[in-house]
Amino acid sequence: MKPGRMMHQVLHSLFKKPATNLYPYEKLEMAGKIRGKLKFYPQKCIGCKLCMRDCPSGAITIKKTGEKQFEAEIDLGKCIYCAQCVDVCPKGALEFTQDIELAELDGAKLKVVFRNGPQDSPQEKTS
Amino acid sequence: MIKALFSILVFPGLIFVGVLSFFAEFADRKLHARLQNRIGPPWFQPFADFIKLVAKEEIIPKEANSTIFQIAPVFALASVITAFLYIPLWDTRALFSFDGDVIVVLYLLTLPTMAIFIGGWYSTSLFARIGSVRAITQLFAYEIPLFMGILSAALLADTWSLYGITVFYNNHPLFWLSNIIGFFVSLIALMGKLEKVPFDAPEAETEIVAGSFTEYSGRFLALFRLTLDIEMVAGASLLAAVFLPVGLNLPLFARFTIYLAEVLFIVGLIALLRTIFARLRIDQMIRFCWKYMVPLGFIQLLINLVLKGILSR
Amino acid sequence: MHDSHKFKIPMGPQHPALKEPESFSIALKGEKILGVEIRLGYNHRGIEKACEERSYIQDIYLIERVCGICSHSHSTCFIQAVEEIACLQIPERAKYIRTLIGELERIHSHLLWLGVAGHEIGFDTLLMYTWRDREVVMDLLAELTGNRVNYAINTIGGVRRDVSEQQALDVLKAVDILEERTKYYIGIATTETSIIKRLLGVGVLSHEDALRLDAVGPTARASGVTRDVRRDDPYAAYGSLSFDVITDNHNDVYGRTLVRVKELLESFKIIRQVIKDMPAGPLSVKAPRKIPAGEALSRYEAPRGEDMHYIKSNGTEKPERVKVRAPTLANVQAVKHMLKDRYLADMPIVIAAIDPCFSCTDRLISVDYLDTNRKQIIKWQDLHAYSIAWHRRHGIDFTKLNKETRGAGF
Repeated sequence: MKPGRMMHQVLHSLFKKPATNLYPYEKLEMAGKIRGKLKFYPQKCIGCKLCMRDCPSGAITIKKTGEKQFEAEIDLGKCIYCAQCVDVCPKGALEFTQDIELAELDGAKLKVVFRNGPQDSPQEKTS
Repeated sequence: MIKALFSILVFPGLIFVGVLSFFAEFADRKLHARLQNRIGPPWFQPFADFIKLVAKEEIIPKEANSTIFQIAPVFALASVITAFLYIPLWDTRALFSFDGDVIVVLYLLTLPTMAIFIGGWYSTSLFARIGSVRAITQLFAYEIPLFMGILSAALLADTWSLYGITVFYNNHPLFWLSNIIGFFVSLIALMGKLEKVPFDAPEAETEIVAGSFTEYSGRFLALFRLTLDIEMVAGASLLAAVFLPVGLNLPLFARFTIYLAEVLFIVGLIALLRTIFARLRIDQMIRFCWKYMVPLGFIQLLINLVLKGILSR
Repeated sequence: MHDSHKFKIPMGPQHPALKEPESFSIALKGEKILGVEIRLGYNHRGIEKACEERSYIQDIYLIERVCGICSHSHSTCFIQAVEEIACLQIPERAKYIRTLIGELERIHSHLLWLGVAGHEIGFDTLLMYTWRDREVVMDLLAELTGNRVNYAINTIGGVRRDVSEQQALDVLKAVDILEERTKYYIGIATTETSIIKRLLGVGVLSHEDALRLDAVGPTARASGVTRDVRRDDPYAAYGSLSFDVITDNHNDVYGRTLVRVKELLESFKIIRQVIKDMPAGPLSVKAPRKIPAGEALSRYEAPRGEDMHYIKSNGTEKPERVKVRAPTLANVQAVKHMLKDRYLADMPIVIAAIDPCFSCTDRLISVDYLDTNRKQIIKWQDLHAYSIAWHRRHGIDFTKLNKETRGAGF
């Protein structure tokens, strides 16, 4: 038995840089592909709605807006970031990004709509 | 009269000791954090905590004896500040002193624990009552080694006043060495008094929430926390005055710096010791005090008695 | 301090010692514990019922959220049962990846436990250091799976993500760091005086009691019960890996600490073998959306002990019945036994020593009377009486056993 066995280690730490991350000031590097916010490519979607069927939390709603035109509403408040919809999509119309800082004071801003823009490019709008 | 009031309320009284105790708390917390490889709080954290608590609503439990519940923190604070005024800081003489003030200081430093006990007991919460009983049980364990450590130093100096002790050790610097055991015994007893790990059973968070302070909130909790901080500074100053009186012949500025360094040193030692131990159970704490600390105190007493016998020959 | 009053103090549902809501009502005399009353049911989420309303694929992610620490354990256990019903042979590589994540999860869980144990005995320094080092394995899990906690790497028929060459090297590098740190913590746990003082001889659960109360995992192994699903009923890739089952004969909290820290070393050994032997090949096989009718019971050695899932399917996309028995439910009965005649100060560490996860454990029985539209919630005592009566009707008499375990059951 040795009382104060950690003495050496704690004194050593005194002269070392603290392990604390100053998070909001210093952003962390996340290694690998973190599952973050979803991205939807309207022009690839064929409207099979497999993603809606498999989503465990009912966060995705695909709507038909015109002939072969689809838009997706993703409720980030409901999304559990499992990326099952990405796996199940037969056309690769869904993708997860590494964007994980999604906290929002206004709940309405968590509902993100992806629809086709004027030049047929995906446009992200908050409803 | 005005001068005396100034001394009591501003310097080196209430305001000075308050500010100093906040810095001591900061030093303690910062060191504790750095020893744990964390960043720790910024320097103004203790001030901010105090102001926040003072600004908050205080809730007095319905079942509690409201008078005693409110008086206890004031009583505790008053006794530690009074004790502080009797301790020589950077001078050989304290603000007030008389023959026998060692006993008075030790007695006054016991009162906060009594106040914590009474406040906790009369707040009627079960957690507070268990904490209070533990605090008072612990008092009997650490108080005796503390008395032995400090009084054996007084014994060698052949005086019952802190003034006499500082003058004696300042004139005979080599005698500090004979008091080393006493210093460590007193330091560990002081940790028991301040309820620091490993002796924090009275406020063990994971068992009894916050012990005696469970029902305290707002101003009253702020006063209790200030009391504990001042008790730390007063305890450190007492140990510094009794065991480390260095360079009391130097100019004022140097003496003041030395005083601050001594307090910081003792606070640092407390921070280190509280980092590297687990909390002892109350029965283990008492066994530890009686099994190791009291015999060590006796050894210190014997050493000083023998030394005194040799000296007086 | 030993006043003659006996009083009851409530530990929980909200208390700093317990991070989850659960009620321990403790009868005290002075500092001595006379008896403990445990009440479950503060954190019931109805996951089993919710699983019956969702498809198997949705259930994977729901089941994963049964527990915040052993998420991989629950999802693997669930999927194993589904795969057994559907007679799926998953690829070898998938088995190895499941094993790898499972062992990394065990490391993260045991390091977390060590920190929590430190905190419960007032040794916050140990908490800070172990949790700092735990970040190594958390980062690794995030890199391999895409999330720190809910890995979502399992799918019916295999796994969803591959482990690349570079990631395999990262794993080995992290394991080296962790091994060095673990050896340091073993040194601390076995020599630091104040830790030993607080752990040794506390919360004793004898070998016989561990068997009688059906303790599982490190709690049982610290009482000398050599029981480990990984060896007794190998799943995933454990059958082809060599490792030891750590047991200890201290029977107390100290023994449980030793078992956990030594299991960390076994985990490192397993991970090295997994990385070395991992075969190439596909990650998953195609699974049908509709699982044929059948039932299966699956066992998994979660970090806290044996986890059990029972699934009954009826040929549709949704399971008919899902039953989860998390390890804490098996161990929580032992707590009452361990706390007998101990001090109040030992209570946090004794409860923490079974590594409780109350949200996994919580259950509630509610009965709907279809004829009168009345609802009734059955309390533990009623359920107990009902169970005895049911068994008696079927010719099994538990009265004798019941008398023996009355002191220990709740």
